[in-house]
Amino acid sequence: MTTDGIGAAVRRKEDKRFLTGKGRYTDDIDRPGQAYACFVRSPHAHAAIDGINTDSVLGMPGVITVLTGADATADGLGLLPAGWMIHNKDGSAMKTPGHPVLVTDRARYVGEAVAVVIADSYAEARDAADALEVDYTPLPAIVGTGGASAPGAPQVHDDVPNNTAFDWCIGDKSATEAAFAGAAHVTTLDIVNNRLIPNAIEPRAAVGEYDQGTDITTLYTTSQNPHVARLVLSAFVQLAPEHKLRIVAPDVGGGFGSKIYVYAEETVCAWAARKVGRAVKWTAERTESFLTDAHGRDHVTKAELAMDAQGTFVGMRVKTFANLGAFASLFGTATPTYLYMTLLSGQYRIPAIYGEVDAVYTNTVPVDAYRGAGRPEATYVVERLVETAARELGVDPADLRRRNFIQPDAFPYETPVLLTYDTGDYDKHLTAALDLADYRGYAARKAASAARGKLRGVGFSSYIEACGIAPSAAVGALGGGVGLWESGTIRFNPTGNVTVHTGSHSHGQGHETAFAQVVASHLGVPIDQVEVVHGDTLQTPFGMGTYGSRSIAVGGSALVKAADKIVAKGRKIAAHLLEAAEADIEFADGRFTVAGTDKAKTIQEIAFAAYVPHNFPEGVEPGLDESAFYDPLNFTYPSGTQICEVEVDPETGVVEIVGFVAVDDFGKVINPMIVEGQVHGGIAQGVGQALMEQAVYDLDSGQLLTGSYMDYCMPRADNFPDLKIGLTETPCTHNPLGVKGCGEAGAIAAPAAVMNAVTDAIGTSMQMPATPARVWQALQTVPALAAE
Amino acid sequence: MYAFDYAKPASIQEAVAALTAAEDGKILAGGMTLIPTLKQRLASPSNLVDLSGIAELKGIRQDGDALVIGAMTTHAEVSLSGLVKSVIPALAALADGIGDPQVRNCGTIGGSIANNDPAADYPAAALGLGAEVRTTKRAVAADDFFLGMFETALEDDELITAVSFPKPLAAAYAKFPNPASRYAMAGVFVARTAGGVRVAVTGAGANGVFRITEMEQALAADFSPAAIAGIAVDPGGLNGDIHGSAEYRANLVAVMAKRAVAACG
Repeated sequence: MTTDGIGAAVRRKEDKRFLTGKGRYTDDIDRPGQAYACFVRSPHAHAAIDGINTDSVLGMPGVITVLTGADATADGLGLLPAGWMIHNKDGSAMKTPGHPVLVTDRARYVGEAVAVVIADSYAEARDAADALEVDYTPLPAIVGTGGASAPGAPQVHDDVPNNTAFDWCIGDKSATEAAFAGAAHVTTLDIVNNRLIPNAIEPRAAVGEYDQGTDITTLYTTSQNPHVARLVLSAFVQLAPEHKLRIVAPDVGGGFGSKIYVYAEETVCAWAARKVGRAVKWTAERTESFLTDAHGRDHVTKAELAMDAQGTFVGMRVKTFANLGAFASLFGTATPTYLYMTLLSGQYRIPAIYGEVDAVYTNTVPVDAYRGAGRPEATYVVERLVETAARELGVDPADLRRRNFIQPDAFPYETPVLLTYDTGDYDKHLTAALDLADYRGYAARKAASAARGKLRGVGFSSYIEACGIAPSAAVGALGGGVGLWESGTIRFNPTGNVTVHTGSHSHGQGHETAFAQVVASHLGVPIDQVEVVHGDTLQTPFGMGTYGSRSIAVGGSALVKAADKIVAKGRKIAAHLLEAAEADIEFADGRFTVAGTDKAKTIQEIAFAAYVPHNFPEGVEPGLDESAFYDPLNFTYPSGTQICEVEVDPETGVVEIVGFVAVDDFGKVINPMIVEGQVHGGIAQGVGQALMEQAVYDLDSGQLLTGSYMDYCMPRADNFPDLKIGLTETPCTHNPLGVKGCGEAGAIAAPAAVMNAVTDAIGTSMQMPATPARVWQALQTVPALAAE
Repeated sequence: MYAFDYAKPASIQEAVAALTAAEDGKILAGGMTLIPTLKQRLASPSNLVDLSGIAELKGIRQDGDALVIGAMTTHAEVSLSGLVKSVIPALAALADGIGDPQVRNCGTIGGSIANNDPAADYPAAALGLGAEVRTTKRAVAADDFFLGMFETALEDDELITAVSFPKPLAAAYAKFPNPASRYAMAGVFVARTAGGVRVAVTGAGANGVFRITEMEQALAADFSPAAIAGIAVDPGGLNGDIHGSAEYRANLVAVMAKRAVAACG
């Protein structure tokens, strides 16, 4: 019997090394004789490169070489690809100019890598990079999302007219038009989903190394998906054949989506190592992180919700302009389409939905998945609309939601926007959240705030999300370039302990513990006898990596399948050793027992027998080592309700969060402590988006104005009250664990909850982030408050 | 960071000599501004003269009715000093609100005042309390010391040795921090002294710390928040940026002034 299996709040196995400074991150890796890379970056948002005078620095101390886009082209390096091919309304393919690893013709955003200096030390590389003469002709730049497709806007790519990568739609346009024509009330909102910078604690880093003896190139790097990186670098960039390329993503200090993309800098380190015959290392300075890590969000949207006279939703219409940045990244085109508008039905029966997305290229760093990736944008649209509709109709926001929820007996529920929800009970988490938030006592709290000169507001967000994008055939049909299954291997060692290999990757999520709990529960071994290995393409089976809250639902399920194979084989061996029929062998709590008897063998004894098969069943292979691949039948659909209470200081515009409740339905929970941590972190990032964070490019120069923590505001612990967390449970119906995923929910739901509360408090709508200055400005437009 | 020569003298005389001899020497006090500037390669001094080894620049003492704080005294030392808390509690509170614990344990009062960052806190206290800045050459009144953004009356070879703060009848500092950097967007130091009321503003002004005489006169007649409630702060001359317009900062100055007056009790 194991007490540390599924459902136990076990302390994280990996935390001992992290908390004692024994983690091993990419920057901790030094290879013998390594050289250092420093990138020369475009100071212009848009500029033609007329020449690069490499002779100007080649004689400088320590300089080994200077590489440019021309060198990359001469070496046959390919372009960094887009991960998803989206099709236009007319069926034609989107326009995807590939991203060269170093600029070949013109720089398209501030910070784009123009050249790289390789030198004996980083300081020498930096000296030479600063001195390199690059002849730029600055060009007009476009950075704003809304204006990028306007006539006369500067063109980012010559072959992409109006900077429009694609125009895409989903849903039934005519049915939606008809619903709006017959509606009793329509709520309309103009919404900006502000652009964010991911800000993982660990900056991106890489060490490239080439072994002339084996012809193998190794890249140690900060990746969420090392196998995908290897695939991209071999199949698209042509760096080396896949079997001659090894990617190692060791401990990684946070990703949030920004380490999915296969970036220019990491690629260059591997390429340069081959060229100079020495390992080449690069670690981003924080300024480089701000300038060149893929940003998130950046939508401009008009959204409308149509209702009948009873407040029943009859239709939704949404038009979004999405900023891709200068190039389409791996998930950059899927995020504002299939990961966004497929969630527009939220938790509600909405008979007709129609959405359009125009995706535009701009002179900004590429946008890619960022915690939630499309689903926060969808939740923000839906939940701001629903809450605003309730206020306009004079209905309690909780009641309007209840009136329109998909009912528990309606599952599986097919929405008008592609998805089929398998299960859920939305009223259950709404009711639990109302209780936790003491919603009945709200009026008294609001009066108490008013007595202190403060404006109090309450806001809801009842979100749904889709995790574990699947099945692979559907992904392919929608334009995804890969399958989205996951792999796992369970290897019993002869002495009875277990090594688990997963194709997913942990960069803060606690997989080394949660995955061990899954294996422990299914095989009846304690988790300290289970070692989870991930992140090295040489050691782990090909896998798709970690993003989109997919790891436990897809990777965990792969391990369950592998565990089932272990048990099936163990049963054959046990039957032989116990001289019983295989059908009479029962497996529970780590023991194979002959039914109805006390004759038993432990799984450790079976493992030993499998590796020392002196007495072994005929026709059974030795060893106890099983692999499985799991391709889900459907997405999973976590849902929940957050309730936020804020107090606004009308004199300064400061928004203080004074109450925050989140009740989530993640299906079965493997480790409630890890889940709580994920919810806390997600809420922190969601609150950051709502109140603080915004990447600002200067509209004229295209310079990033928020290029450091002096100007880019991150949430801190003192911005939060104690978060009240609750769980409800409707197990996922189609994976063996009944799990749904929890990594992004907090960030998906929180912006709407916070902004609904702010709007309620100040009595007027405003765009994120609700910084003190912007709230104060908004308050100046509310006559009753401005007069105070 | 570019290479430089480093010296850690043991006396003020040695420090001045090292600074004078250097081609382009910089003084290293707590380093809270200089070190990040060096790391970003925004400065390339030939020499750094580190003052941390000079004992006579450290310490807090009472001199009659004034507090004399050595230039190399850290913010943490000021904030935790029983003497400062009893003589000018507003000064201890101000020091306790600078940066974070790491900054307070490294940053020094002399470094802050010599740098005269337009969003730093100490210049508001120095100007608001009518402090005297003592240097290796002279004593300068705060009113004559702060000349503009990052500009002071200090000469190239002149070091601050101490700052002398006269004890006020009452004083308080109200700061509105920039949400991102947590430097002051508007910090107002109000002091009631035997010679009158002083109101000094940091963070908001395009030219650094400044006084608001209209508020000082109103408060001299009636030291209450209501006395300045009707005084509009002119946004002209205030900063406007992505964190807030000049109008917003003008509002913050008025609000923080009222709160500082109220906090004086």
